[in-house]
Amino acid sequence: MLPNPTPPEELNYEQALAELEAILEALENGQHPLEETLALFARGQELSLRCAALLDQAELRIEQLESRGGNSGAA
Amino acid sequence: MRQLPLLTPPVLSVADLTRYLRQLFEGDDVLADVWVSGEISNLSRPASGHIYFTLKDAQAALRCVIWKSAALRLRQDLQNGQAIEAHGSIGIYEAGGNYQLYIDTLRPAGEGALYQEFLRLKDQLAAEGLFDLERKRPIPAAPQRIGLVTSPTGAALQDMLNTLRRRYPLAQVILAPCPVQGVEAPPEIVAALQRLAALPQPPDVILAARGGGSLEDLWAFNDARVVRAIAASPIPVITGVGHETDTTLADYAADLRAPTPTAAAVLATPDVADLAADLRLLDRRLAEAAASDLQARRATQTMLTHRLGRLSPAIRLRTDRQQVDMLSLRLGRAAASHLQTRRAGQRALDARLAALNPQAVLARGYAILTTSAGQILRRAAEAAPGQHLTARLSAGALDLTVNHIVSEE
Repeated sequence: MLPNPTPPEELNYEQALAELEAILEALENGQHPLEETLALFARGQELSLRCAALLDQAELRIEQLESRGGNSGAA
Repeated sequence: MRQLPLLTPPVLSVADLTRYLRQLFEGDDVLADVWVSGEISNLSRPASGHIYFTLKDAQAALRCVIWKSAALRLRQDLQNGQAIEAHGSIGIYEAGGNYQLYIDTLRPAGEGALYQEFLRLKDQLAAEGLFDLERKRPIPAAPQRIGLVTSPTGAALQDMLNTLRRRYPLAQVILAPCPVQGVEAPPEIVAALQRLAALPQPPDVILAARGGGSLEDLWAFNDARVVRAIAASPIPVITGVGHETDTTLADYAADLRAPTPTAAAVLATPDVADLAADLRLLDRRLAEAAASDLQARRATQTMLTHRLGRLSPAIRLRTDRQQVDMLSLRLGRAAASHLQTRRAGQRALDARLAALNPQAVLARGYAILTTSAGQILRRAAEAAPGQHLTARLSAGALDLTVNHIVSEE
């Protein structure tokens, strides 16, 4: 298993979390070459930091659709 | 002159008469369990907690009392002028000499009829299978987009937004505003549900909610159109209508019923605090997985190094060198001792040789006699008197003449 090259900043919470869980699965259950293990661990740390940052900094985004008869817009 | 009647009717005391009346009332089936409608007036709420008022209509008035225990259960505040339907029993207040309705339950006027309609609709829609458990879909655990169907000006919206902000700010909220009571509400609610489903990125869950109110206020959520739209919604719907005790037909049709709008927001989302705790657990697992992997590798590495070490040429060389040193030492010793032995032998030979050295013989006093021919004379018999002989001594030589032979042996 090779780590996903997508920068963590581009992942949303669900994506980062899913990838982190997959890495844990791989590390806990598989045999990997040493370099792969280290690469996966580093990636796991990046993903964990990304998730923590999202949880800390998230702000509820609210969009309001126009009442009937208007175009949909953002509040 | 006044004439006295022959048979005197009994004269009852006030108490007796009152008791008679009470038995009359309490024995009557209608009066023991009756619904009365009228308008509230003369409302009084003394400190005791009991409530007193008069129910009246155009022709008559009826005194009413609600005991404190029943008063606490009232869902709404009472007001003079309010039209209500009250349920209870008729009794006599002996000390005051009047009859009263002792109320255990009341509701706004007209609600009785509405409630019948509610029951009728419930049966009809249930028969269509709209409330069946199998139709209910699971609510996604961590929705990325949450749709709200509610009034933009109601407290329900603010309650839900505050809850979502606190619990799950990761989500995006999409509000489809609509009226939630009045005759115009049901088609607007239906339209709001449909607009959310038609979005290019539709929400993962919809919360349909409104604050508390009377049965009439909540009626839009009993409307068949709304119930059908919720049942038909491709997106899971959580309803949060009114207070805990309010259940509308929309609640039966929803994939999940929440007792209030706030509860709906809670049921739709995980709590970020829990997510953060889960994340810390994942961190630990990650660290432990990597650490244990590395530890296993190091252990293998150490063992291999150990085994390799034992096979190392360096060790072989050391061992061999050691052997060579040992052999050298032995060789040296052997050579030395051999040499010693030889030297000793040599010395012995030298000594023997020295002993055999004619000079040594001469040194002992002997002389070597040689003829003039150069031959060494060993036997006296071979000499003749008058012969010249050369005597070589240890030091020097003599020329000698033989006088005569002394002996031949």
